[in-house]
Amino acid sequence: MTSDLLQFVLYAVLLTAIAVPLGAYMAAVFAGEVRFLAPVERALLGAAGAGARQSQYWSAYALALLVFNAAGFALLFLVLVGQGHLPLNPQGFAGLSPRLAFNTAISFVTNTNWQAYGGETTLSNFSQMAGLTTQNFLSAATGMAVAAAVARGFAARQARAIGNFWVDLVRATLYVLLPGAVLLALVFAFCGMPQTLASAFDATTLEGAKQTIALGPVASQVAIKQLGTNGGGFFNVNSAHPLENPTALSNFISTLAILALPAGFCFTYGRMVGDRRQGRALFAAMALLFLAGFAAIYAAERAGNPLQAGLVETVSGNMEGKEVRFGLLGSTLWAAATTAASNGSVNAMHDSFTPLGGLVAMLNIQLGEVVFGGVGVGLTGMLLFVVLTVFLAGLMVGRTPEYLGKKIEAREVKLAAVTLLVMPLGVLVLAALAIAAGTAQGSAPNPGPHGLSELLYAYSSATGNNGSAFAGFSADTPWHDTFLGIAMMLGRYGYIIPILAIAGSLAAKKTAAETAGTFPTHGALFVTLLIATILIVGALTFLPVLALGPIAEQVSLLAGRTF
Amino acid sequence: MIPHLRPALVLLALFTLLTGLAYPLAITGLAQAAFPSAANGSPVTVEGRVVGSALVGQAFAAERYFHGRPSATMGPDPNDPSASVASPYNGASSAGSNLGPSSAALADEVRTRVAALGGGPVPADLATASASGLDPDVSPGAALFQVARVAKARGLDEALVRGLVTRHIMARTFGLLGELRVNVLALNLALDGLDH
Repeated sequence: MTSDLLQFVLYAVLLTAIAVPLGAYMAAVFAGEVRFLAPVERALLGAAGAGARQSQYWSAYALALLVFNAAGFALLFLVLVGQGHLPLNPQGFAGLSPRLAFNTAISFVTNTNWQAYGGETTLSNFSQMAGLTTQNFLSAATGMAVAAAVARGFAARQARAIGNFWVDLVRATLYVLLPGAVLLALVFAFCGMPQTLASAFDATTLEGAKQTIALGPVASQVAIKQLGTNGGGFFNVNSAHPLENPTALSNFISTLAILALPAGFCFTYGRMVGDRRQGRALFAAMALLFLAGFAAIYAAERAGNPLQAGLVETVSGNMEGKEVRFGLLGSTLWAAATTAASNGSVNAMHDSFTPLGGLVAMLNIQLGEVVFGGVGVGLTGMLLFVVLTVFLAGLMVGRTPEYLGKKIEAREVKLAAVTLLVMPLGVLVLAALAIAAGTAQGSAPNPGPHGLSELLYAYSSATGNNGSAFAGFSADTPWHDTFLGIAMMLGRYGYIIPILAIAGSLAAKKTAAETAGTFPTHGALFVTLLIATILIVGALTFLPVLALGPIAEQVSLLAGRTF
Repeated sequence: MIPHLRPALVLLALFTLLTGLAYPLAITGLAQAAFPSAANGSPVTVEGRVVGSALVGQAFAAERYFHGRPSATMGPDPNDPSASVASPYNGASSAGSNLGPSSAALADEVRTRVAALGGGPVPADLATASASGLDPDVSPGAALFQVARVAKARGLDEALVRGLVTRHIMARTFGLLGELRVNVLALNLALDGLDH
């Protein structure tokens, strides 16, 4: 227990120590002050054409983003369908079915990395590298570009443009993701992750059986999957696999990498809007929500499964679906980080978590992926709640709400309110449709309330662009491939487009001077209000359905009932 | 939309070359040069024969070996290629049980395993399936739990076997990260080494 507490404290301290300078560095990157790869940057933008440098109005920025993502989707779809005819396919895997390729391509382009396939049994090295790894970079860079444009819009005074998408995309990839991934991949290779083009080796075990051990270019894909809040693993069980996460050290570094960029973006934002206190306030709100989520998951898993009382020693907690080398702390800290950050990689099977542990993981996603959230988009998701919070605070005191000296008016509040519908639409409506169509029962193998939890988790994960799963759920069916794909698009662009519109609208406004009547948005009072807004919206939306799933299961467990 | 097509297609193509091919291939070259064993899956060789990976668990069922954790991996049915059957520690297809906490199947499995171990309470990792189905480790308690059985099967002194287990307990990294654990393959290799 003491060592668990020490590990957590070390984690929190190191995360903050990394996020602050990283945030400052990213602010410099997006201001164009980092130039060590200037010739490459010039060459890429030059090849992209003359229009690829001019600052864009928000709608042109959004359109460029959509066209780029659509092209990425088309290429990845073709690679997956055609992998049987492409190189670097030593196992001779056939192409994916069109509907699985559709689901997987959307999944990786939207930074979700939902895996409806088993990596080592389905995908060739070419698909993993040129297909998935590429989108791991580009979907993360897309999110980072959105954050940069939004921060510029919030900071601008009576401006029309919020930056250029292509410039932001190239800079995010060249100066942040690529160097970070190279460094991390080498550290991971040192920790023991394979990095080879061979697909497997055979061993004869001590008892004389043949064991085939799957291999591949693992370290390079894992590095960017963690850094870019992607989460799509090389192997079926993701970072629970001993070759995808070999040691306690690789586990600790991975857990830091999951939150490093999302946390760093708070500080990037503070610098870009010229008031670092604003970034610190957002970081404080996220950190407090994260701490609460982690503490709840840890306590639930530590308490263990009451059905196993007397059968197993209770000191270890709930070990079903967990690995010995990570233990309870390593597994639950990862679960809290990966669901908070819309990363979605796992080092333990969330499906086998206790009901309350699984509930908190699911709720982290359902809050809208704003507790650090995905790279870039987590920050902008939080800014949507900031807009709503200053509006509510304005209503309470009867003043026109202001944020960073700009009036928050009907247009901004309407746009922010629309995004509140995204999670309920993707989770509640699509899950209800799946149940009404009779497709849920066949896919959720666990009977009883846990089956509902599996379905809810799947649609929450897709809409939140998280990608983790209650992995017993069989997602590769025509219905779920299609509707989970729709949920992923809804959850991605249903946030990105309104927040870019808000940024465009704020950029055009005048900035008023701060007066004694201005409601400060950097103090403890505002952080409290912001957290309350997030929790109230999340609870009002999801508490009823959570009562039917995990809460019902917890009550049944305590009564000794199995399904 | 048309003016965005060129930058979209050009940058997608160039980044596919840069991040999708050059990056993983460069890392492959560097890792193969700097960490050749790890880069190829940390194979363990005994007398010129590859017996497994130092990082990946393997199935042990004999009385004379220490056993790893229950594994939920599946493999193709030798009699019917379209079906799958339980195939513990299948290194080509990782999987957890994904049974929920209230699952009757999980409760039955745990009860059966505990009964096979002679009744509870037993160390939790011996009665529950790992996340990957390839967990290479057990807790020190789970290894010590098996000392009497292994010593008897091998006709060895229990104290000798217990000492071997104790020497194979791996510490936390930097004394802090992760959990105390015993790598089952390493322990069993050392056991076999006692015979020579």
